[in-house]
Amino acid sequence: MLDIVQVEKSFNIGTVNEKKALQNLNFHMNDGEFVTVIGGNGAGKSTMLNVITGVYKPEGGKIFLDGQDITYLEEWQRAKYLGRVFQDPMMGTAANMQIEENLALAYRRTKKRGLSWGISEKEKEYYRQSLARLDLGLEDRMTAKVGLLSGGQRQAVTLLMATLQKPKLLLLDEHTAALDPKTAEKVLDLTRELIEEEHLTTIMITHNMRDAIRMGTRLVMMHQGRIVYSVAGEEKKNLKVEDLLQKFSEVSNGEFANDRMLLL
Amino acid sequence: MNFLNTLQAGAAQGLWWAVMTLGVYISYRVLDAADLTVEGSFPLGAAVSVVCINAGMNPFLALLVAFVAGCLAGAVTGMLNTICRIPPILAGILTMIALYSVNIRIMSDRASITIAADSARTLLMHWLPITNGTWVSILGGIVTNALLVAVLYLFFGTEIGCAMRATGQNIHMARAMGIHTRWMTILGLMLSNGLVALSGSFVAQFDYGSAMATMGQGAIVIGLASVIIGEVLFCHKDRSFAFKLIAVVLGAVIYRCIIALALQLDFLKATDLKLITAVIVVFALSLPVLKKQFAQGKLRRENERKLNGGGGTEHA
Repeated sequence: MLDIVQVEKSFNIGTVNEKKALQNLNFHMNDGEFVTVIGGNGAGKSTMLNVITGVYKPEGGKIFLDGQDITYLEEWQRAKYLGRVFQDPMMGTAANMQIEENLALAYRRTKKRGLSWGISEKEKEYYRQSLARLDLGLEDRMTAKVGLLSGGQRQAVTLLMATLQKPKLLLLDEHTAALDPKTAEKVLDLTRELIEEEHLTTIMITHNMRDAIRMGTRLVMMHQGRIVYSVAGEEKKNLKVEDLLQKFSEVSNGEFANDRMLLL
Repeated sequence: MNFLNTLQAGAAQGLWWAVMTLGVYISYRVLDAADLTVEGSFPLGAAVSVVCINAGMNPFLALLVAFVAGCLAGAVTGMLNTICRIPPILAGILTMIALYSVNIRIMSDRASITIAADSARTLLMHWLPITNGTWVSILGGIVTNALLVAVLYLFFGTEIGCAMRATGQNIHMARAMGIHTRWMTILGLMLSNGLVALSGSFVAQFDYGSAMATMGQGAIVIGLASVIIGEVLFCHKDRSFAFKLIAVVLGAVIYRCIIALALQLDFLKATDLKLITAVIVVFALSLPVLKKQFAQGKLRRENERKLNGGGGTEHA
């Protein structure tokens, strides 16, 4: 499904601030897998997603999706295959466009755009049904501007948009980090529902170790641009937050400088 | 009577400049970048069409040529911005400055050329049973703007139009939705400058009777002033897109009327035009802010009165 082979990515090359974000990163995912990714700040989690989505092009290595080499494909070209939800709830939607217009943009993610109508009556019914399952009452506010929605509602809409056309790979970049605990929980429930129903292959970055353990089929830990720990199946189910902390302490030589990593 | 005549003349002018305002609206509001190419593409449209008319081309066809020329100018700015990664304002300035030389070349090394054959205005006056040139302009302007607003409204409802709006609002989201954002930016600037050049051609044919290298000076400020006046007076945020376009056209007409009336005042000269324009823009831009501050101040005073008056004993 997804193959990241020996990918290298650095920032500020040739300056004193040079930082190796990804170092010889190798990562393989099978169809239908749901991987949660944890790691401290600067571990390379977001950079990994960004080389998959094409925001950054790596200096070395290759990325394959379903056997296709996408390493140098433009961001908008590979968007066809990828569903994305950003950390910032403002990033995933166009605030001054209506809810249904946003959904219509998402509906055309995999299609070539022409001069036919940007949204059709038939689609609207489909969007209404899709919105109804969010259980946020948005199906009655389809012509409202997205900017009027709360962060949680926007994130729920973004999630819906990412999966409206089934993506080959769903990428969630700490998509609940900016939400209050209750809303975060709701969005996570929705995430799980959508992934299970549609059997979506998913990568979810999170800072919440408990979520990382209880969700998904595999958990990986990143450190200094590499994957340092990967666990699946029974072993993952029995994992405890303490085990992860222990593991993290091992790979980082006992430095526990990063307090965000400690968030439970 | 004089007052009414002034307003009529202002409206006649304003309707042709409104076409440019629609173009400015596309770059400023839809693509979210103030595009200074306008200052060069406006006279470009005028120059190209006047040269074509003088060479014997049908003046209506010349309008189309002006539009295409404007599209090309917009494409240059768009490519400077998206391919060379030059910031939008600077990209616009570069094209604008380059167009100044280009325009003079188009006009055979002259700073201005007069229309020496039938313009669209003279043809219309010939066909229509109206003898008053101002009314021909007003009528033609209304029809033209109605057509353009309709076409733009329909266009921005299409898949490409929606993609263009999304690009201007949230480029990250647009890319994630598989939208070719570079192409959308280029296309948007082409459309915008096409309209601006078209407007230049209209103004040359209906108002000035000539094309001038300097006729674009201050055009972007005039365009922004019109957009903002239209928005402040006629619509708040939640209005539909068609309504916003109409508001922008009305804004351009009102701007011209204000200028026309201001120039009637004895102590103002024609050369004060730019100063008046700047004052109008400052006024229109600051009005919403001042309104808000005033409302806030009022709330605060009321609040303080309540706190002080109600209890009687404040701060023991």
